[in-house]
Amino acid sequence: MTDLDSFRSETRAWLEANCPEEMRQPIKGEDDVYWGGRNATFKSDAQKSWFEACLAKGYTVPEWPKEYGGAGLSPAEGKILRQEMGRIKARSPLQSFGIWMLGPALLHFGTEEQKVHYLGQIARGEIRWCQGYSEPGSGSDLVSLQTFGEDKGDHWVVNGQKIWTSYADKCDWIFCLVRTNKEDKYRGISFLLFDMETPGVTTKPIKLISGNSPFCETFFDNVTVPKDQIVGELNRGWDVAKYLLGHEREMISGGGLGDGSASLGGKVKPEIGSNALGQLDDPMLRADLAHFDVDVLAFKAMAEKFVDEMKAKKSHPAQPNMMKYAGTELNKRRHELVMASGGSDALEWESEGSHHGAKPRTWLRTKANSIEGGTSEVMLNVISKRILELPGA
Amino acid sequence: MAMYLNDDQSALQDSVRDFVSTEAPVSHLRGLRDAKDEDGFSRKLWQQFAEMGFNGILVSEDEDGLGMGHLEAGIVLEEIGRNLTPSPFLTTSVAGVAALNAGGKHLRDKYIPGILAGETILGLAIEEGPKHRPDKIAMEASRSGNGFKLNGRKSFVIHGASADALIVAARTAGSAGDEEGVTLFMVDRDAAGLSAESARLVDNGQAAAVTFNGVEVDADAVIGEVDQGQAVLTALLQAGRTGAAAEMVGVGAGAMDMTVDYLKQRKQFGQMIGEFQALQHRASHLYSEMEIARAAVMKAQQLLDEGNAGADVMVSVAKAKAGRTANLAVREGVQMHGGIGMTDEYDIGFYMKRDRALSEFMGDANYHANRVAELNGY
Ligand SMILES: Cc1cc2nc3c(=O)[nH]c(=O)nc-3n(C[C@H](O)[C@H](O)[C@H](O)COP(=O)(O)OP(=O)(O)OC[C@H]3O[C@@H](n4cnc5c(N)ncnc54)[C@H](O)[C@@H]3O)c2cc1C
Ligand SMILES: Cc1cc2nc3c(=O)[nH]c(=O)nc-3n(C[C@H](O)[C@H](O)[C@H](O)COP(=O)(O)OP(=O)(O)OC[C@H]3O[C@@H](n4cnc5c(N)ncnc54)[C@H](O)[C@@H]3O)c2cc1C
Repeated sequence: MTDLDSFRSETRAWLEANCPEEMRQPIKGEDDVYWGGRNATFKSDAQKSWFEACLAKGYTVPEWPKEYGGAGLSPAEGKILRQEMGRIKARSPLQSFGIWMLGPALLHFGTEEQKVHYLGQIARGEIRWCQGYSEPGSGSDLVSLQTFGEDKGDHWVVNGQKIWTSYADKCDWIFCLVRTNKEDKYRGISFLLFDMETPGVTTKPIKLISGNSPFCETFFDNVTVPKDQIVGELNRGWDVAKYLLGHEREMISGGGLGDGSASLGGKVKPEIGSNALGQLDDPMLRADLAHFDVDVLAFKAMAEKFVDEMKAKKSHPAQPNMMKYAGTELNKRRHELVMASGGSDALEWESEGSHHGAKPRTWLRTKANSIEGGTSEVMLNVISKRILELPGA
Repeated sequence: MAMYLNDDQSALQDSVRDFVSTEAPVSHLRGLRDAKDEDGFSRKLWQQFAEMGFNGILVSEDEDGLGMGHLEAGIVLEEIGRNLTPSPFLTTSVAGVAALNAGGKHLRDKYIPGILAGETILGLAIEEGPKHRPDKIAMEASRSGNGFKLNGRKSFVIHGASADALIVAARTAGSAGDEEGVTLFMVDRDAAGLSAESARLVDNGQAAAVTFNGVEVDADAVIGEVDQGQAVLTALLQAGRTGAAAEMVGVGAGAMDMTVDYLKQRKQFGQMIGEFQALQHRASHLYSEMEIARAAVMKAQQLLDEGNAGADVMVSVAKAKAGRTANLAVREGVQMHGGIGMTDEYDIGFYMKRDRALSEFMGDANYHANRVAELNGY
């Protein structure tokens, strides 16, 4: 047995012993996800015990170094853990912008002190982070952002407004892009971290077409930020921001994989019924589903290849943009098909039976996938410029 | 298994890329086409392939081959696709050898040495109509003395008239549509009663309609077991479909590269046409689809090489995805070239033609999407 084979069998046994049955069921609602943070509560004992077992093992952030709360797994081990969790459909014990976005940026740009302090908090699920990038006048053209941090010696005073800040009203800290030099567009932005309880920070929820309000307008009115709460160098926050966006795009692209079940067609068959040949009793929809399933399985292979290549430093640095584009367009297609398969039942918005309109609300929410974290059009622009190297892109 | 080429595979890719682009670039195909070559491929090149060792890529080392897998075969095929190289490699060294590997040793002893030497060419006599329907094989092989007598007609036998032997799928029991009752045979091309009528295809490939008029073969000609040909046929089809998918990735990549280059050269309205966002976005979408198609093909190859049961569905995913994507690449290729893309003198049209032929080979994207649906129970 190779080391990896024995790691696989150990992992399988550990998961068997530690992952409760309830944590192997598909996620049904927002509260099935554990986000951590100061105000976090566990929905059930199973959720708690699963989180605690993972925490003790370093498996909330398995591939981070041990000194920052991870398990120090190699890429090959990390892949085995993901495969084995996927095999039993284990939920992730903790999700957060800290894990997907801020963590990787800190690992790359943070000081040793920052890594120990912030990464540890993220790994333990103590602090829930939000992302302060977009502003009313700066969406796709993010670098035009205006929120300003005035230098006051040992601290900055930040004034301005962010928008579309996901979960800002539920988060503890924010990683925020702030202009610290008005003369230089790209080299005039700094990447600051601060507590959402700092005086002068207010949030105002915005309701989405799905009827939910997961994001906010965020206002900064003379907010004091100490100088040691900057990541990377002064005025070089754009480098950190872009690096982080790569990870954000990679994470969002994961939506393309759906809930991990191999076939949407197989899943909706009971709703639609079958003909004498045992085929889905709607030939045109069946054809759409079949081509969709082909695309999902192909994208799944791509997602695996992308991670393997990235960890081996073999992938093009702009490849996350491709993944984001393809994964989000695929996820939108999935939910169009879910709606088409559900027919008039899938129109119900409030009934108990429809889990309060889970299908239409999710369908509507997925429309944001190709907007948040950079729009599809912007992804295509980046591919044109950085990968295909087309002129004027 | 990590999803990127290891050092040995990268080295193989480098040498294949170099060899194929030097010895058989698109101009090689054009030359054969202009000369109205009867084979539609170069026998000299087939010998060079042999010298490079490629012909034995799926042959075990015990039998003097390279003992490699579908992934390595795909490396060769992707370059064949990129250069539109006409070659019996896919039918002979990939699908043919995969069938022989699943069949009898005595047949390997008889045919493999010639394949390794670049002398023997195999044709695949599976199809009976214009669309791929391997589950509907009807041609009959009836018992006769110690062997079988074959009667019927096969179509779309690539290199059929040039081949030394054909792998023939015929019914020894049951009726069309039955799972059991199919048997695979090796039939020498010069057998009495066998005639092949060759037709030049849109991509300058040669495909034969082969008529079997009481062709006698002895029991030794059976690949695998009588009535149980499904296993051998499956091995042949999986290898051929995955191989064709790899070749299509090459075709798509070749067309895309040509097109992206053209976008950087052609000026209209006082600027490079590659500066127009309308074209940039389509090119970038194509890039994205090509990446995904290549990953799907690689996954199918790896699963086949591992002997993983999940290979079956992934092979169909690969053929369907590569099919749709290569088709997108050649359509966009011709369109973005404007008028020049319509000319015979320019190579992009050759890509479009090869894509069309490969898409019909062993099932098009709809056939395979349907198969994915069936395998997923709907
Ligand atoms: C659900 C959701 C959650 C979000 N969460 C966060 C968050 O937590 N933190 C945060 O900072 N932001 C967040 N965002 C904001 C998101 O990043 C922006 O919406 C996004 O960057 C697009 O900016 P915009 O909305 O201003 O659109 P615009 O930039 O105004 O774009 C409008 C349209 O024009 C197109 N367009 C723009 N520029 C170009 C171009 N150069 N070429 C071609 N087409 C172009 C766009 O593709 C789009 O279709 C969230 C957004 C959503 C929908
Ligand atoms: C079969 C055939 C018959 C023809 N017959 C005649 C004839 O009888 N008489 C005659 O005068 N001409 C004829 N033409 C020429 C035809 O009108 C031109 O080919 C056509 O106008 C395109 O020009 P082009 O070939 O130079 O392509 P280009 O203009 O170089 O275009 C190349 C690509 O760039 C794209 N592109 C160019 N500009 C833009 C832009 N601003 N924005 C976005 N995309 C852009 C194009 O859509 C195309 O995809 C014929 C062409 C063909 C193929």
